[in-house]
Amino acid sequence: MTDLLQLVFSGMATGSIYALAALGFTLLWQASGTVNFAQGEFVMLPAFAMLAFGNLGLPLPLAFLATCVLAIGVLGWGFKRGIADPLLKFGLMPIVVATIGLAIALRNGVRAGISAQAFPFPSLFADKLFTLGGVTVSLADVGTLAIAVALVLGTQAFLARTVTGRAMQAVAQNTESATVLGIDVPRMVFYTFAINAVLACAAALLVTPTYLAKFDMGESLGTKAFFAAIIGGFNNSRGALLGGVIVGVGENLAAAYISPAYKDAVALVLFMGVILFKPQGLLGKRVERKV
Amino acid sequence: MTPPEAPSAPPPQGGATSGPAKPVPQWHASKPVILAVLTLVLLAVPPFLKNYGIYLFTYWLVFVIATMGLNLTVGYAGQKSLGHAAFFGIGAYTVAILMKAGVSFWLGLPAAMALCFAIGLAIGFPALRVQALYLAFATLGFNTAVWLVLRNEEWLTGGTFGINNIARPSLFGLVLDKPLAFYYFTLGVAILLAWWLWRLLASPWGKAFTALRDNPIRAESLGIDTRAYTLLSFAIGAVYAGVAGALFAPLVEFIEPAPFGVSTSIMMYLMVVVGGAGYFFGPLLGAAVGVLLPEWLRFAQGWYLFVFGVAVVALMLWLPDGLLSIPERLRARRLAKAARAAALAEPVEAQA
Repeated sequence: MTDLLQLVFSGMATGSIYALAALGFTLLWQASGTVNFAQGEFVMLPAFAMLAFGNLGLPLPLAFLATCVLAIGVLGWGFKRGIADPLLKFGLMPIVVATIGLAIALRNGVRAGISAQAFPFPSLFADKLFTLGGVTVSLADVGTLAIAVALVLGTQAFLARTVTGRAMQAVAQNTESATVLGIDVPRMVFYTFAINAVLACAAALLVTPTYLAKFDMGESLGTKAFFAAIIGGFNNSRGALLGGVIVGVGENLAAAYISPAYKDAVALVLFMGVILFKPQGLLGKRVERKV
Repeated sequence: MTPPEAPSAPPPQGGATSGPAKPVPQWHASKPVILAVLTLVLLAVPPFLKNYGIYLFTYWLVFVIATMGLNLTVGYAGQKSLGHAAFFGIGAYTVAILMKAGVSFWLGLPAAMALCFAIGLAIGFPALRVQALYLAFATLGFNTAVWLVLRNEEWLTGGTFGINNIARPSLFGLVLDKPLAFYYFTLGVAILLAWWLWRLLASPWGKAFTALRDNPIRAESLGIDTRAYTLLSFAIGAVYAGVAGALFAPLVEFIEPAPFGVSTSIMMYLMVVVGGAGYFFGPLLGAAVGVLLPEWLRFAQGWYLFVFGVAVVALMLWLPDGLLSIPERLRARRLAKAARAAALAEPVEAQA
């Protein structure tokens, strides 16, 4: 029983990181119809940026802030202007292909330009273990879960409670009406890209101590984030959290009780199950077809 | 009772969501000439090549066969599949395992085709429930699952050690183990399959596939059984990949899980898009780019995949509809120029 609880808990910590990546992905989709297949690489790059700033002698919090600024510029503005804007008018396929190409380029650019090795990454948390009712949990798991959940709920609150957030939602729901109401649509869409970049940096900060900074760390992370987003509901931000946690816990349980060899198939099986019975995801709303 | 639809994206800024409708294959005056030249090259050039050149040509043909199938699924029926390499692998392993068990290639091939058809139908079912984006992920995940089975079930697939010494088949008593002989055999299969696909696309079925792609709702309202055509486009595409896999196994004589992973699927998808999705000859170009580009990019060594990725992004930005859309774009540009010239000429006439 305690084993089970331990697995569930550490699964929730991993899952909350998936949720961060999934949330950015969902926001991009809602606001502009951008599908980012390079989402995992958007987590990998900040990890390397933070290491680089760390080598320059910046302490981790400052390195994180500097990376966020850089990411908003490159992964937010640069990505929007350079790839999303020119391609969105051609529909879904070109943007999917281009972001796949971008992922390949980023992954292998890091591999050839920096190194194919895995680098250790400083953890935010001390190496401490607690025992709660017979269950041993690490401080890193508790901290990761707390920060990730706070970020997801914070993003949600920002979207629901602030004027800017509501304007962003308006743009996501109906671009034309938003324009008529005098909302600065391009700016709101850019904010979405910026938030996605910051969330990716946060995910990098939390995930890299365990995953290690490696050129291909984004590959599985990206895929799992997509599955998490879809399981939870693609048009619902809270769904990202639920989906992420479900995938994280499911993977841990499958690795322990079924076979570690098939751990990576868990997200897929859950996803298949969900879309066959609830195509809009667990928390998603039905959207009727537009003719 | 229509299947529920996945949440659709808001229309992107810019309004227009669909690209120009692509033509169903038609005979142009130039087409027979192009075909004749192409056939001549494919028949006459390889004998003058070294073994590695012949190998590359054969390798390219295998990918042409696979991407023809994917072009049907993606380009003509509009189903975004990113799991094509899974069928490629299923075909290759089916033939390899059966041949190792002493079964003839000529029984292995239909077995591979039948298996791919059945699994393709099964994978088509989620496609009935979900839309473009989800489907891309579902097929991607399916590919991962197949890859995991190939890697983990050692009793069947040899796991990471793979299956080696796969014999080349023989045809009418001729053993096709010389590179050139096997090349001509592959060419024959490719031509046969291309002809069959051509017939299919020119038939009412082909029209139904393109109707499904261009406007699924309208297609349904016209009485096209969209469910059946969606499933069929997957299953037929999968059969092409299965045949390609069945040829790939004896060509490389050693198979392991690596070439049948998600990256190959993405590569095949790129081949289709680069060549021009929904253009009949797209796969010829796309597969050539996909197979030859790595050869040309050898100078880049470690940077090769980086250059490749950048090239893909650049190509999408420049030609979102693929290489074969160039003539159409040129024509459109000429027409626009003519229209502009006419518009400029008009006020002058009015003054006169």
